[in-house]
Amino acid sequence: MTTPVEQERTQPEAVGEEIAAEDRPWQTVVWNDPVNLMSYVTYVFQKLFGFSRDKATKLMLDVHHKGKAIVTSGTKDKVEADVAKLHAAGLWATMQRAS
Amino acid sequence: MKRWIRDGDLVIGRLDQQEAAVVRGLVSQIQDMLLARAEEAPQDELAELTGIRTGSSEAPDDPILGRLLPDFHRLDDDAPDPDEVNSAAALRSLHEPELLDHKTGAAEVVLRTCSPDGGEIRLSIGQAEAWLSSLNDVRLALGTALDVTEDMPDELPPEDPRSPHLGVYHWLTWVQDTLVEAMMP
Repeated sequence: MTTPVEQERTQPEAVGEEIAAEDRPWQTVVWNDPVNLMSYVTYVFQKLFGFSRDKATKLMLDVHHKGKAIVTSGTKDKVEADVAKLHAAGLWATMQRAS
Repeated sequence: MKRWIRDGDLVIGRLDQQEAAVVRGLVSQIQDMLLARAEEAPQDELAELTGIRTGSSEAPDDPILGRLLPDFHRLDDDAPDPDEVNSAAALRSLHEPELLDHKTGAAEVVLRTCSPDGGEIRLSIGQAEAWLSSLNDVRLALGTALDVTEDMPDELPPEDPRSPHLGVYHWLTWVQDTLVEAMMP
């Protein structure tokens, strides 16, 4: 299973474009941890990013089963703001460049 | 404690006196840790002039504070990328003051709305969001201190020194979970 965000990430490769490091988008990664509740993580994704219950639940399950999930992507400023919001909610989030 | 219920724009719960003492005690402790961290932030005249606050650029040594105030990048424990180390330090310094404000503010809401005598708690949606955030911080702190794992049993052997605290942790989990349920859109 892939997420919509991951599909976006692989799209440039599919059309065979070389993308300079500066142009690659950033990604918000949420990592699994043993304390955060599944219900709470779903709630946070819905509330912070306006995701539907289904999408939020799917991302939460990715975090839970795969150890992490990319929840948003975009410019550095956007992703930085998203990580800050997730930290305020107590989730373990980091940012990285799309590979 | 009965489960939280949603009544229009209110979220209503009830704690007895002992439960209120547990919640207030833990929330105060976390708030004190966060306020102490905020006081360690570098003071400089430029920041006072511009009003742009800068926090510490170094991650806390304390594992509980470390969990409450995570890095912006996932740094490799053995061979961290120097660019990411610099970026994480800059981002921490930039964002930590606001994060500390958010967390200590949420703690303040809990302390203001949870009477030491216990009793009914009537929260606006905004106050209930602060409770969620603060209860989560308390569970993160306890979970870190107790070294909670995903397959943590409901009870530990009585000789385990963590045993009595684990009951509090599980109770807080239940309190938070029913609050999420009441808040779920």
